[in-house]
Amino acid sequence: MPVRGLITTIFIALLSLILAPAAPAQLLINGAGATFPYPVYAKWFDEYHKRDRQIQFNYQSIGSGGGIRQLQAGTVDFGATDSPMTDEQIAKAGGAVLHFPTVLGAVVPVYNVAGVRQELNFTAEALAGIFLGKITRWNDPELAKANPGAALPSAGIVVVHRSDGSGTTFVWTDYLSKVSPEWKAKAGANTSVSWPVGLGAKGNEGVAGLVKQTPNSIGYVELVYALQNKIPYGRVRNAAGVFVRPELKSVTAAGSSAEMPADFRVSITNAPGKDAYPISSFTWLLVPTKFQDARKKKAITEFLRWMLSEGQKLAEPLGYAPLPKGVVALELKAIAKIQ
Amino acid sequence: MQTLRLWLRNRNPADVMAHAVTLLFASTVLLVTALLVYELYVSSAASRQEFGWTFLLSRDWDPVQDKFGALPFIYGTVVTSVLALLMAAPVGVGAAIFLAELAPPKISDTLTFVVELLAAVPSVIYGLLAIFTLVPWLRETVQPFLQERFGYLPVFQGPMYGVGILAASMILAIMILPFIVSISREALLAVPAEQREAALAVGATRWEAAWQVVTPYAGLGIAGSVFLALARALGETMAVTMVIGNAPKISASLFESGYSIAAVIANEFTEATGDMHLSALVQLGLVLFGLTIVMNAIARLMLAATSRKGSPQ
Repeated sequence: MPVRGLITTIFIALLSLILAPAAPAQLLINGAGATFPYPVYAKWFDEYHKRDRQIQFNYQSIGSGGGIRQLQAGTVDFGATDSPMTDEQIAKAGGAVLHFPTVLGAVVPVYNVAGVRQELNFTAEALAGIFLGKITRWNDPELAKANPGAALPSAGIVVVHRSDGSGTTFVWTDYLSKVSPEWKAKAGANTSVSWPVGLGAKGNEGVAGLVKQTPNSIGYVELVYALQNKIPYGRVRNAAGVFVRPELKSVTAAGSSAEMPADFRVSITNAPGKDAYPISSFTWLLVPTKFQDARKKKAITEFLRWMLSEGQKLAEPLGYAPLPKGVVALELKAIAKIQ
Repeated sequence: MQTLRLWLRNRNPADVMAHAVTLLFASTVLLVTALLVYELYVSSAASRQEFGWTFLLSRDWDPVQDKFGALPFIYGTVVTSVLALLMAAPVGVGAAIFLAELAPPKISDTLTFVVELLAAVPSVIYGLLAIFTLVPWLRETVQPFLQERFGYLPVFQGPMYGVGILAASMILAIMILPFIVSISREALLAVPAEQREAALAVGATRWEAAWQVVTPYAGLGIAGSVFLALARALGETMAVTMVIGNAPKISASLFESGYSIAAVIANEFTEATGDMHLSALVQLGLVLFGLTIVMNAIARLMLAATSRKGSPQ
């Protein structure tokens, strides 16, 4: 008899363990999408969970494309993307989708040129020419003109690009499409494109690694990645004609100089403004306007408000540029559209 | 019906149960394969309708214009796999003969353990090894040497980046070697001792016995190891994409970069936002499936053609 009593007790204990979390408590909110902002999102969701134990965000960084598809299929409560959804994609989501910019990122040119230690300057024409395969030597006049005093060798340029589909590639090619009609016609802007020249390497680490070990090569990586790994990178001439060093300040400047449409779907590459770094981009959370579950709606709107105030302070230490004040104000208003 | 009843009556119920259960398990293999093909076929509908059979012959791969073709990927996959096999098969079979027939048991056991350890190394490790060791070595030593001596051959022309078809083939060769060695050795060890003894008794040396009697006897098993290695090479993704250069082009030079089917699927699938892009990637999966079957069929036909000439099995 005592044995049976014990078993019953254990059984009840186990049962209560299984049932307990389900009953009154935790609200699980599922999201999926972009990998680029994952470190800051993970930090946010973790911090927010510490503030409000009832709410648990579960974010899977499966890529922007995957995030959009999951949102369309209705398997997640929110998505995240590095390139705004197109009208057709929104139409397939079965309801309006709001874009909320969260932080900004930038893409920077990295290079390994024999004998060159200094920071190189790149014009838009130089970058487009190199990636189109028209500028093939490091001492090309277009490069020499922008870098007086640099001992540029006559060696051929080895171009390295991302081989995996990536928001980084989208920002880079979006920029090239804006500054070069020829690039737009030949390759265009996308997460993967048909590259006129170059070697493909997987991930930021692949590109950085290949550039590091291939003499006279040039590639592009995320600013966060270059900062964290202390990889030297070049300055890029912006639309105002100033060579700007990519750093959080100049990236935020790009975000505030661009005109913001009501739906926040904006590309800020080649932004006007003399302080703006031209290869910058927002990254977005995708939130449906309608929620069946009132608790989820409340949780998400509260999280968004927190993210726009407290959350922004957590971005900078992780290498992400915080949102400009003007954009934060607009977003706070847009939260009201969630029903 | 009559025969089934008869069959059931003559069997122990436990045997019938075992028969049914194991049959069920065996059929899951078939079921999974069928489901896989069905899923690939259905999900690639948009791309199949748009491009039809020209998909196999087109060299375009442009996600912006939504133009897709598989030829450069088929080329890259086949060339790297075949080259890897050409490099790994002789070495692997040779090593297996040494381990099974010629080496003292202690050395054989130790080496076999090491070989099996190699088979368990994750492919990303091989990829890193390739990036940091193989590629610089190829770029600075091997490729300049090859170009200097044999530069008149188109396969050794062009710029020397290190990464490319050659690097991918070499790392694949290293990766499939353990499979060939390990399985070939098992096949050689399974040859009855009488075969060896008979050969030695008629005056063959140990090498002659091993090469002319034991190896042909184990021919099927060795061929099996090569098939398995081929399948692994065709489907290998991570290590290949890290060193192949990932450019969908077809060029005569082994120094040039290429692309393989598995690599492009892994690279582009997560961020493919266009429906046609996604569908084309799934169709590439279907192509890879077909390619695996075709390559295996060719290998089997070659085996059948050679083994008809009086080999023991």
